[in-house]
Amino acid sequence: MSSVNTVAASSPEAALPSRGFSAKWLIGFILPVGLALAWEVVVALKWADGRLLPTPSRVIGTLVGLARTGELGGHVLATLQRVAMGFSLGVAAGTVLGAVSGYWTLARRLVDPMLQALRNIPSIAWVPMFILWFGIFETSKVILIAVGVFFPIYLSLSGAILGVDRKLVEVGRIFRFSHREMITRILLPATLPTYVISLRSGLGLGWMFVVAAEFMGAEEGLGFLLVDGQQTGRPAVILASITAFAILGKLTDWLLASVSARFLTWQDSFRPAE
Amino acid sequence: MLSISNVDKRYPNGLLALAGLDLAVAEGEILAIVGGSGCGKSTLLRLISGLDTPTAGTVGLDGTPVREPRPEIGLVFQEPRLMPWLTIDQNVAFGIRHLPAEEQKARVSETLARVGLASHLGHWPRELSGGQAQRVALARALVGRPKVLLLDEPFSALDALTRGDLQDHLLDLWAYDRPTMILVTHDIEEALVLADRIVVMQPNPGRVRVEVTPPLARPRDRLDPEFLQWKYKLLGELDHASRPPTGDETFPAGAI
Repeated sequence: MSSVNTVAASSPEAALPSRGFSAKWLIGFILPVGLALAWEVVVALKWADGRLLPTPSRVIGTLVGLARTGELGGHVLATLQRVAMGFSLGVAAGTVLGAVSGYWTLARRLVDPMLQALRNIPSIAWVPMFILWFGIFETSKVILIAVGVFFPIYLSLSGAILGVDRKLVEVGRIFRFSHREMITRILLPATLPTYVISLRSGLGLGWMFVVAAEFMGAEEGLGFLLVDGQQTGRPAVILASITAFAILGKLTDWLLASVSARFLTWQDSFRPAE
Repeated sequence: MLSISNVDKRYPNGLLALAGLDLAVAEGEILAIVGGSGCGKSTLLRLISGLDTPTAGTVGLDGTPVREPRPEIGLVFQEPRLMPWLTIDQNVAFGIRHLPAEEQKARVSETLARVGLASHLGHWPRELSGGQAQRVALARALVGRPKVLLLDEPFSALDALTRGDLQDHLLDLWAYDRPTMILVTHDIEEALVLADRIVVMQPNPGRVRVEVTPPLARPRDRLDPEFLQWKYKLLGELDHASRPPTGDETFPAGAI
C-alpha cells in the first residue's frame, strides 16, 4: 500500500467518528473532577484558605452568576467572534501560502526564508505595531489571532506536500493530471491527515492569542473578564474566565476533530488496544 | 509499432543507465525484458512511458516521439500505488475521468469484472490483499484501453501461487484488446509463460545482450521439458549478463 502520511490526529479518540456517548468518554473526566474534589476537600478541611485559589464550587457559582446576569454570554460571544474571524483568516492565508510554497519550488525559495524568520518573532511583539497600524479595536485583535494561527498551518501544509509519496505523484503524471488536478486529487487528500492536525494546533494557538488580543484594550471578551478579575481582586472571576476558555477550547477542538474525522475514514492507521 | 532508436539515458549523478539501445516492438506483441538489478530495465520502461526522457536517441509510438505520458500508453507499477483515500472504483476511474459519469461507471464495472473484482465496488484499498490491489492497478491501466501496456515487475511482491494465477489472468486480459505489452521482470519463468519475445539486458551500461523468441506452444506448461530447457538456457544467459565479460559466453550475444 502506498506510504501516504497516515498520521493520526493528535488526540486519536477525538478524530474517530462519533460512536455515541459511552463509558469510555467518562474516563477523561476522572482527572479534572478528581483534582477539583481534592481541592474542595483541602479547603473544607482548612488545610488551605482558598482565598487566592477559590474552590471549584465557588468558581462554578461565579460562572453561573455571570451567566444569569447575561454578562458571561456577551463575553463568550465577543471572544468566539474574534477567534472565528482570526482562525478563518489565518487558515485561509496559511493554506494558500503553504500549498503554493509546497508545490512550487520558486515560490518556496521566494517566501519561505522570510516566513521562517517571521515565525520566530514572538507574536506578542507585533502588538504595538498592530495597534499603530490597525487601531485599538477589532481589526488588530483579529489580525493578531490570525498571525498565531497562520504559522502552524503554513509550516505543516508546505512540509506535508513536500513529503507526499513521489510514487503517487507519478500515478498522476501517468494519467496526465493538470496542476490543478494534481493538487486537488493527490496532494491535498494525501496531506489531509497532517493538515487536520495543523488546523487543531492552529485553533489551540488561536485561543491562546485571543487572550493576548483582549489584553489590548478590549471592553468585552473572556480576556477582558480575566484582566477585570485581576484588577478588582476577584480570583474566582479569573478562574471562571480560565474555565470558560478551557471549555470553549475543548468544545471547538472536538467539533473540528469530529467534522474532519468524516474525511479521514479511509485511513488505515494504528488503533491502540482498548 | 513502438520503436526505441539508439537511446542513451544518463542520470544527473553521471550514471549511464542505458547506452545505444535499439528495440522495436510490433503491435500486439508481448515482449519481456529480463536482467539483473541495475541493468536499466525499469529505466527503459520509464522512458517508454514518458515519465522520463532519453539523454540521446528517441522513443517513438506509431511514428511520433514519446516525450511525456500519453493516453495510449498504460503503466502498471511494481506496487499497486492506489490512492488510499479513494475507493477502488474511484481509483480505476482515474484513467477515464474525462468521460461522462455514466460511461465511466459502466467502464469501471466492466474492467473490475474482467480482473475478477466485480464484487469489490466501493471497497477501500486497505481492505484488499496484495494480489487484489495489484489487480485494481491492472484495471486502472486497462480501463483507458491503451495501445501499449507497460508492466514493471507487477507481480514481484506476490506469493508464488497468486503470481501464477495473475500471470494466467494477464494473458486472458491481453486476449481481450490485444495491446502491445512490455513486461519488465527478473523472473525467467514469468517471461517464458507470458512473452512472445524475451530481451535479456546486461548492466554497466544497460544494453541488450540477447533477444530470443522461444518457439513454445500456448498455453505454456511450466513443467514441459522444452519450457524447462529454455528456462535453464536463459538462466545461464542471465548469469553471464551479470558478470564482467570474459569472452567465454554460453551464447553469442545477439541471438540464440
